[in-house]
Amino acid sequence: MVDVAFQPNSVAGGSVRKRASLRTALKRKSTAAFLMTLPLILLIAVLVIYPAFYSMHLATLNKSMARFVGLGNFEFLFKRDTFWLVVKQSCIFAISAVIFKALIGFIVAHFVHNIPAKGQRKWRGMLLVPWVIPPAMSTLAWLWLFDPSYSAFNYTLAFFGIGPIPWTGDAAWARFSVILVNVWYGAPFFMIMYLASLKSVPDQLYEAAAIDGANWWQRIWYVTLPMMRNIIAITTLFSLIVTFANFDIVRILTAGGPLDHTHIFATWAFRVGIEGSDIPLGASVSLFMLPILAVAAIFILRDVNKRGNEA
Amino acid sequence: MTSTVVIDKAAPTRAVKYGSMSRDRTWALRWSYFFLTLFAIFSLVPPLYMVITSLKSSAEISAATNPWWVFHPTLSNYIELLTRNQFLRFFLNSAMVSIFVVTITMLISVPAAFALARMRFWGSATLATGVFLTYLVPDTLLFIPLFKMFAAFGDWTGIQLINRWYVLLIIYPTLTVPFCTWIMIGYFASIPKELDEAAIIDGASWFQTLTRIFIPVALPGIIAATIFAFTQSWAQFLYPLVFTTSTDQLVLPVGIITTLIKGDVFAWGQIMTGALLGAAPPLIIYAFLMDYYIAGLTAGATKG
Amino acid sequence: MADVTLRKVIKRYDDVEAVRGIDLDIADHEFVVLVGPSGCGKSTTLRMIAGLEDITDGDIMIGGDVVNDVPPKDRDIAMVFQNYALYPHMTVAENMSFGLRLKKYPKAEIKTRVDEAARMLDIVELVNRKPKQLSGGQRQRVAMGRAIVRNPKVFLFDEPLSNLDAKLRVQMRIEIKKVHQKVRTTTVYVTHDQVEAMTLADRVVVMNHGRIEQIGTPNELYHNPATRFVAGFIGSPAMNFMPCRLEDVAGKLHIRLTDRIAFPLPPARAARYYNVPRSEKLLLGLRPEHITEAKAHPEPGVESFDAVLDVTEPMGMETLIYFTLEGAEEICGRVNPNAGARDGAPLRLAVDLNNMHLLNEGTGAVI
Repeated sequence: MVDVAFQPNSVAGGSVRKRASLRTALKRKSTAAFLMTLPLILLIAVLVIYPAFYSMHLATLNKSMARFVGLGNFEFLFKRDTFWLVVKQSCIFAISAVIFKALIGFIVAHFVHNIPAKGQRKWRGMLLVPWVIPPAMSTLAWLWLFDPSYSAFNYTLAFFGIGPIPWTGDAAWARFSVILVNVWYGAPFFMIMYLASLKSVPDQLYEAAAIDGANWWQRIWYVTLPMMRNIIAITTLFSLIVTFANFDIVRILTAGGPLDHTHIFATWAFRVGIEGSDIPLGASVSLFMLPILAVAAIFILRDVNKRGNEA
Repeated sequence: MTSTVVIDKAAPTRAVKYGSMSRDRTWALRWSYFFLTLFAIFSLVPPLYMVITSLKSSAEISAATNPWWVFHPTLSNYIELLTRNQFLRFFLNSAMVSIFVVTITMLISVPAAFALARMRFWGSATLATGVFLTYLVPDTLLFIPLFKMFAAFGDWTGIQLINRWYVLLIIYPTLTVPFCTWIMIGYFASIPKELDEAAIIDGASWFQTLTRIFIPVALPGIIAATIFAFTQSWAQFLYPLVFTTSTDQLVLPVGIITTLIKGDVFAWGQIMTGALLGAAPPLIIYAFLMDYYIAGLTAGATKG
Repeated sequence: MADVTLRKVIKRYDDVEAVRGIDLDIADHEFVVLVGPSGCGKSTTLRMIAGLEDITDGDIMIGGDVVNDVPPKDRDIAMVFQNYALYPHMTVAENMSFGLRLKKYPKAEIKTRVDEAARMLDIVELVNRKPKQLSGGQRQRVAMGRAIVRNPKVFLFDEPLSNLDAKLRVQMRIEIKKVHQKVRTTTVYVTHDQVEAMTLADRVVVMNHGRIEQIGTPNELYHNPATRFVAGFIGSPAMNFMPCRLEDVAGKLHIRLTDRIAFPLPPARAARYYNVPRSEKLLLGLRPEHITEAKAHPEPGVESFDAVLDVTEPMGMETLIYFTLEGAEEICGRVNPNAGARDGAPLRLAVDLNNMHLLNEGTGAVI
């Protein structure tokens, strides 16, 4: 009745039979799984990975796409002032918009978290509306609000004696407007993410901090922020990528103007590549987004994996 | 502030303030509501202004009276748009594209997510990470090569892919499938393994397990993913702008902007009405299914 | 109903052998419990019987048929999981009938079986509820109901009571025993809790590191453990092991624990251990209930000695005492609550050597 040691010889024949059937069983499972992921793999390979590399090839061609010009397009871009303007504007736009979105989202999330749970749903519902409306539609509303002749904002400001503001006509104001609309659109996303994260911080930590003598600011700094560090990192990086690659808002609000002073990579690539029928040049412009996106993506991956491990 | 001196034999005498904690709380609450109202106004001004403008006749708009109030509300903008063939065409195109894309997306995402979450096979971890990375590749990077690819394909095979609304059915899934798969992987992974095993022992084939156990249990995730795919498709602007140019092929966002804005003459009443109607489907879904909407949003990042 | 046989069953994961050659015969209608610490291979063995794990080598037979390559659904078994694994979107009735509905049983028969099982488990009022509306104990009953309804050849239980609180566990143990008395299906039950093993099993299989240490009825295992592991695993508080040696004093066999303490062995024991080399390093195994306070008229085989208690734990109906001999490991004994046991105080104790076990310190085998 006690255990018997493994005797390889006596069961050799039986185990060979077993191993063969095991292998076919495994294979069946793998092929089924492979077939189920095949459409996904094809989609990504043909419509995402291939175009990304094709774009690099396109960037090396001349305007009529007949000749190979190597880095000629890039040299051309580096010499143009507009290009450097676009680089500067894209970075300023992305960084400042994300900072404001994160800040406002964080602050509003705190306020929502503070009010009794019953009312939170209502407020959360109202505050998320900017994100629900398709950006193309809401930007139209902002365009109308900023209209040079009929701006409702200017009408109201006139009551306070403030002169009409050229929201989209003046370069500095145009940049401000574009960032404003982007923040209006994107802050709710941050708010929702942070609100969910705030709820997951255990109350007991705050109680312990309060007993230890922390005031409200110290509680945020020493309890809330460390607990939310991961989600803050992930959302910020996500938003950097999305904001950096933004197209709709700038296109509709200013079309890159006035005088190219609000162009970002995406809109300028569209102007040059599609409207200007110079596909290779457009591809070159788009490609400049790649390094920054890649860096952000690496950081996100690292954080998401860290999250997975601690969970 | 009431204040009493407590005589405590062991400790030095000190003044104790009662009632200050709850007063702090009320002040915090008042400030919260105050700021929340401010932000709510900020959030709702543009859509409300859309509504206000849509009810104004063009005469009233150009009369430059108080823009925040409608003096002679009229439904003429709505009637114009809804009876005009063009707008309805845009709406229909958008609806068709969105519905088809949602179907295609779910047909690709759900099985893929099931395989990636449940069946451990060679390369599944890499593929899952790859799916996530794909979501990070923006449409603004791909639109130019895709345009060239489709134009070239049209030249080779004679199948016209540019300027057809059904082209969007091929392209939109690149936006929706990665994230939907990611959401579904999270939901499927959170279903305990014992449930599969119980189903196996109860006699279910893997297909029966998928349809009778997994999909019903992961239904909230499926709804959230569906909503996400729909709203993404509906709101798309860049791809249709690039790939469709003839009026009858346009979807709503592009249609409104290109046809209602003719040259320098802006028919703002109609534009706002169009924009409002264009924003309506996502808003309605949001109003009724807000929790699923938000779940879809937060699923990606928090489910890690 | 069927018997279950395991022949030289091995399970290997890459380089690790989780189950190293198990031979087991389970008779029809028998309730067998696989018990052992975490990682001993009991769950793996159960899952191989269920078909949820492939068998690396060996054979498993249910009802005389080899089932190695038979998928779980064709083995005619039912399983109760540790966390119930109830389908959350189905009602209790739908959960219980899922297997039957898959096999396309007629509706009338499904209803009869579900009703009968529900009545047996006292969950009739719950049949239309969803799992999230049930308590842990109720969910476990539903899980059992799902198994009963299938009327399988074998029931498999995978640590079903581990997620319940202590009091509920006692109740559910009784439920399970009652069900087995009524339904009499062959049952293989896995647990790490030796109390469950002792109270539920017809026979207990003690496993450790992928091997079977001993198979026997609860009584056999308790009174005649074969190895140190089994001796120390069964019984709570655990058996005490004290290093000792045999020596001859004045023609009688004694067992020496320390320089000052040596006990003469009762004749029955002396006869059994006569041939053990005196130089051999041995362990004296004594259960706490056999170390008690010294009585005025000790019975033959009971020897007394003095000890200074370290800690006492009054349990109400008895007091557990802890002490050491010459600073070695803590020894646990059970004394009457009014024996005057106090922390740090001396007490005259008695050991009942009629129930002693002698183990070889090196091999761990019981002599």
